[in-house]
Amino acid sequence: MNRTLAIGLFSGTDDRLNAAAVLIAGAAALGRPVHVFLQYWALAAFRGAIIDEDHGLAPEAGAAGADAVHRLARLGQASWAETLRQAKEIGQVEIQACSLSMDLFELEADDLDPLVDGVEGVTAFWLAASDADVLFI
Amino acid sequence: MTIQITRQLDARGLTCPMPIVKTAQAMRELAAGEVLEVLATDAGSVKDFAAWSRTTGNPLVESSVDGSVFRFVLRKA
Repeated sequence: MNRTLAIGLFSGTDDRLNAAAVLIAGAAALGRPVHVFLQYWALAAFRGAIIDEDHGLAPEAGAAGADAVHRLARLGQASWAETLRQAKEIGQVEIQACSLSMDLFELEADDLDPLVDGVEGVTAFWLAASDADVLFI
Repeated sequence: MTIQITRQLDARGLTCPMPIVKTAQAMRELAAGEVLEVLATDAGSVKDFAAWSRTTGNPLVESSVDGSVFRFVLRKA
């Protein structure tokens, strides 16, 4: 099962980024190539200076949800960034920044964490996504 | 016949997907025919290890449970 998994990653909160990281790491462990396109708030979270900081949670988390998420983190759950680093070690995971979103935040390639492999436009994303399963998170 | 374990991986306490990620990592370092034993506590791991074995072609030669600890034995294809 070597079908590529292509993900448009838009969300910038820790819970959604973690859900994406779980899907990416699972696919990488199965030998599936993964191509991630970072848009908007997801790209903002991949800035090198803040990637390991608290990025908040989606509104539906509420106080009880936040407690549950923080409890798992205290028990030693890997952060989404760490999960992605390990996914890249075991598999073929390419993470590309959306060029429009780079303009939106006035970012340069140097501003991004080394997890990000480069910058591309939407056409390059769809080329990589040809015949892939596509997710938007 | 007892199976000769080449390497052990303690994935107890790790949450999904880390047991499988660490397993994929460890299996890459084994030679064909060598055997990895994994201990895990993640409730999803029974189905996950079976699925990983089936998809990657590395046989799951043993799968058992002792209390809350799951044990998997994988042979590198």
